[in-house]
Amino acid sequence: MPEVEKILETRELNVNMGPQHPATHGVLRLVLDIDGERIVNVKPVVGYLHRGVEKLGENRTYFSALPLSDRLDYISTMNNNVGYCVAVEKLLGIEAPERAKFIRTMVAEMNRISNHIIALATHILDIGATTPFLYSFREREWLLDLFEMLCGARLTVSYPRIGGVRNDVSQEFLDSLYKFTEEFPSRINEYETLITENRVWKKRTVGIGVISAEEAINWGLTGPTLRGSGVNYDVRKHAPYDAYDKVDFKVPLGKNGDCYDRYLCRIEELKQSNRIIKQCIEKLPKGPIMADVPKYVLPPKDNVLKDMEHLIHQFVLITKGPTAPEGEVYVSTEVPKGELGFYFVSDGTGRPYRMRVRSPSFIHVSVLPRLCAGHMVADVIANIGTIDIVLGECDR
Amino acid sequence: MEPVEVRAKGKEMEPLEIAEKIKEKFPEEVLDIREFRDQVSVTVKKGRIVDICKYLHDDPNLEFDYLRDLCGVDWLGRKEPRFEVVYHLYSIRHCHMIRLKAQVSEDDPSIDSVVPVWIGADWHERECFDMFGIVFKGHPDLRRILLPEDWEGYPLRKDYPVRGPEKEWSGFVEVLEKAKEFGEFEWRE
Repeated sequence: MPEVEKILETRELNVNMGPQHPATHGVLRLVLDIDGERIVNVKPVVGYLHRGVEKLGENRTYFSALPLSDRLDYISTMNNNVGYCVAVEKLLGIEAPERAKFIRTMVAEMNRISNHIIALATHILDIGATTPFLYSFREREWLLDLFEMLCGARLTVSYPRIGGVRNDVSQEFLDSLYKFTEEFPSRINEYETLITENRVWKKRTVGIGVISAEEAINWGLTGPTLRGSGVNYDVRKHAPYDAYDKVDFKVPLGKNGDCYDRYLCRIEELKQSNRIIKQCIEKLPKGPIMADVPKYVLPPKDNVLKDMEHLIHQFVLITKGPTAPEGEVYVSTEVPKGELGFYFVSDGTGRPYRMRVRSPSFIHVSVLPRLCAGHMVADVIANIGTIDIVLGECDR
Repeated sequence: MEPVEVRAKGKEMEPLEIAEKIKEKFPEEVLDIREFRDQVSVTVKKGRIVDICKYLHDDPNLEFDYLRDLCGVDWLGRKEPRFEVVYHLYSIRHCHMIRLKAQVSEDDPSIDSVVPVWIGADWHERECFDMFGIVFKGHPDLRRILLPEDWEGYPLRKDYPVRGPEKEWSGFVEVLEKAKEFGEFEWRE
């Protein structure tokens, strides 16, 4: 039929997806080149949430740049704060006391749980199941209430401090958290009955977005996204910070490197995080919660209000910032999404000369074209969910 | 699919040892080796950066398979040459890390791209170009990434004002004009 062929030519279609799209987990824009239902090319366009965190950090003292870090990834704020504090502590050459380390590990793992259940819930919601979303937000609410009990804030917590944590944990908090850890495994079972063997879910995720171990490393993927491909890389094991070398946990690995394996990794990490929290509560040592290094660490508030020396000290530290020695450090920590790195170049003043944030989401978005190539349009949604991105962190 | 396991811990090399190996292999390229807080940075000339990276990536004892981070640093008025491109390399198999710093001058802000070695460098290099104006030669798609395409200036350079440029970005001017236009509109109940 030459006539028809003349009128109906076959050509690639250029479709814009986002930036305001409910399934893009924020303001991510994708330009899709599609041939029928098949993806030919995906071009991610990012930068809609760019706030210049690195430039802001260069103009603030180490103390006042701390709240910037929890505005990066607003889902896992504790982990970001911990990452920032660990990096600055390394630069200053100080170490938090043992109790503070355990508390930090505990709250970071609480946040890992709350991040992973959001990641799973939204991933599943995008694919079409509404129920797990409601179930998982119940647990997230519980954790956020615990954060509120701990420090007064639910999302942008800024609870860890350079050299320790802001305030000590109460017995009431520990009791409620322990109750959570007792209860949570049964909740994981609830999600698993709903999802793991679900036929629709498996159809949509098994064999989708496959990436081999070698390739995943070469792309710079981290976190569960990398471990789904079977690479045993976890900063908590490779370079233990805080109390991770004193607690026992396993790093779950996938086999096939597809969306389903990454999902299984996240589910297993929920269980491991729960174990870590439990161990932290049990092993929590007594002692101070802030390092005793007057040169860098703010004095206790009570003393500041009563004592002239401490007041002057506080004033000098707040206005000038902790004068870090000249040098540079790169310290990475394992946040739920992957490896969050802070690179500080210090010129010997209270402000970083250069503050660089290596965010996992940034790299994970860049791998989208590779994951989506050759799949259907609907699989783009599955792939966005599986790499677990937050655009606030990607754009910084 | 073969799982990648960490080969017996304890086989990792000391960072200074790695730095010495680089110096041995590229004696003319290495300018400085410095240690701070157990982390070693090796400053190199930019000319053979891809060769150095390839060597680090391929050598079986080093095997830096993972590019952790790539970023720029502006040393305006403090150091000469003005820019540095910093590579943080890590070996997942051997658990060791090293920091490479390549010097880039202000007159010719360009360096060879390491995308052929680590494909993950793609977006890092685009960001570095976006923020510092350093051109990565051989990069497959060097465009601005976080800022709009018609943005003027490079924000992370030290001579860029913190409050932003005096001239507003064209897109924002458009928004302001639209707001003005709609402001004059009389809304009815």
